[in-house]
Amino acid sequence: MKTILKLTLIAALILSFTHAHAAETLNGAGATFPYPVYSAWAYDYNKITGVQLNYQSIGSGGGVKQIAARTVDFGASDAPMTPEELQKDSLLQFPAVIGGVVPVANIENIKPGQLKLDSDTLCKIYLGDIKYWDDAQIMKMNKGLKLSHSEITVVYRSDGSGTTAIFTDYLNGICPAWKEKVGAGKAVKFPVGIGGKGNEGVSNYVQRTANSIGYVEFAYAKQNKLNHTQLKNAAGNFIEPSFESFEDAAETGDFDAKKGFYLWLTNAPGKDSWPIAGATFILLAKEKTDSNKSVVRFFDWAFKNGDNKAKELVYVPLPASLKDKIRAYWKEKGLY
Amino acid sequence: MPLQYKKNPADIVFSATTAIASFSVIIFIIGILYVLISESSPAIGRFGIKFLASTDWNPVKESFGALTNIYGTILTTILSLMIAIPVAIGIAIFVTEISPNFLKGPVGAAIELLAAIPSIIYGMWGLFTLSPIMSKYVEPFLKKITADIPFVSILFQGTPMGIDILTASVILSIMIIPFTASISRDSFNLTPPIIKESAYAIGATKWEVVKNIVIPYSKIGVFGGIVLSLGRAIGETMAVAFVLGNNHRIATSLLDAAATITVTLANEFAEADNDIYLSSLFYLALVLFVMSFITLAIAKYFLIKAERKYSR
Repeated sequence: MKTILKLTLIAALILSFTHAHAAETLNGAGATFPYPVYSAWAYDYNKITGVQLNYQSIGSGGGVKQIAARTVDFGASDAPMTPEELQKDSLLQFPAVIGGVVPVANIENIKPGQLKLDSDTLCKIYLGDIKYWDDAQIMKMNKGLKLSHSEITVVYRSDGSGTTAIFTDYLNGICPAWKEKVGAGKAVKFPVGIGGKGNEGVSNYVQRTANSIGYVEFAYAKQNKLNHTQLKNAAGNFIEPSFESFEDAAETGDFDAKKGFYLWLTNAPGKDSWPIAGATFILLAKEKTDSNKSVVRFFDWAFKNGDNKAKELVYVPLPASLKDKIRAYWKEKGLY
Repeated sequence: MPLQYKKNPADIVFSATTAIASFSVIIFIIGILYVLISESSPAIGRFGIKFLASTDWNPVKESFGALTNIYGTILTTILSLMIAIPVAIGIAIFVTEISPNFLKGPVGAAIELLAAIPSIIYGMWGLFTLSPIMSKYVEPFLKKITADIPFVSILFQGTPMGIDILTASVILSIMIIPFTASISRDSFNLTPPIIKESAYAIGATKWEVVKNIVIPYSKIGVFGGIVLSLGRAIGETMAVAFVLGNNHRIATSLLDAAATITVTLANEFAEADNDIYLSSLFYLALVLFVMSFITLAIAKYFLIKAERKYSR
């Protein structure tokens, strides 16, 4: 009898502990792309406030499903949900951090940043219409470079990913042939090329295959010093991928709070904007006011104190103007 | 219950536990099948049986077909078995019949260790080590020697990139060698020494003993090992995902990229965001389930047949 009593007491004690903790734990799930920065922020935030943030990087699709089923406090997605979708699942949405996609190429004697491409050329390469590096259209933009008559090997992401979604949205926006034949999405039917699994797969294929071109996340390209190309943006300038050009894209992008900030940040109009950028988004359940306030407090803290940490991890922090817009959005929803 | 002596409580508990354990397996299988069928029912309704014959896999246009995946699965499985079976049986023969005693332990342990390596390690090794070797040395060599042979040369068309059916099959074969090899070895060891010694006594060579006595005596066991390997090859995911190139196309050359069912599931499941896409992936999983079931059933059939013939 005594032992049973003891066991019950211990069990009760353990339960009470977990309960006490549950009040200070935020659970999130979703996109893999922002996972490093969210967990770095969560670590610092936990040291200051004691609030524990668990983020499971199960993929954007999973994040949307989990928040729609209300099993987590917040969801995260690389692809913005449309206002209609938000309405349907009764969700709120705001961007948290900016990322983007960089084309990387492997051509003999061409150094990082030397090769210039515009959207039409990139589109034709990925459609298989431009087959050789010495194609007149490429030569025209790269007069100083020696490009040989060698076949282009196209590399794409084989796994469904926000990276592919942003990249294909970019091609979709500027290239009617792409829109008609392929379309945009996290996984699409690429007409030519081979598929690498993850950023590491794509970059490995590109580095190993002579005369190849692929696309990877900006952070991945920068950390691994991959051989990136310049791109012509919507304003007609050739741009290098950098913190500044991504920030410029975020600043000139038309984020509208009324639409839940729904925006694909591709082909931003700014004159120094990198054309293939994208925000990654946080999703909240409309009715869960208490946990939403805690989540908002966390992101407010991160917006104020987390920029350097984000840059260390090669994420582009949101520009100040956008942060203000988001705070106004929170206020309007009674969360801030 | 065959034995009805005394109703000992311990016996009752014991038989009940074992019965529950066995039935739970059946319940799990039925449960999995149920989930697969119910989740894939939208795709079954929309694409029907044509799903199996369509080569289109286009998430954007929401048009899905399994043929490219089925083709990739079958092709890589068959190729890997073609590579693995001779090697594995060779290993087993060496370990049981030829190698000196002091080598048997280390070689046996090494083979079993191969089976313990996680498949993701095989995948990374394949991507970073094997595939450059394939693209630089093995594939150009194969291209060169087959260039003048009609039909065979078709198998090696295209640029050797090391990200292809051939590399994936080689990795798969390395992964399944341990299963075939260790089971074959155990079966070879079951050959009664007295028969082998009689054969040696009447002047048979080692080759003759292996060919005429050891292999016929243990072929059921060897076949069982091959079936186990086949199961693993069909279901293997991570190792293949890194080196297959993940291309939904019917490839004619072994140097082309392809996709298998498991690889497609692993690649696309996490980010499949509309219902028909997800449902099609479940449909694909159902196809794999049925494929595995059929292969195992065929294998079982032959095993039973062989057993009967042998016991006669």
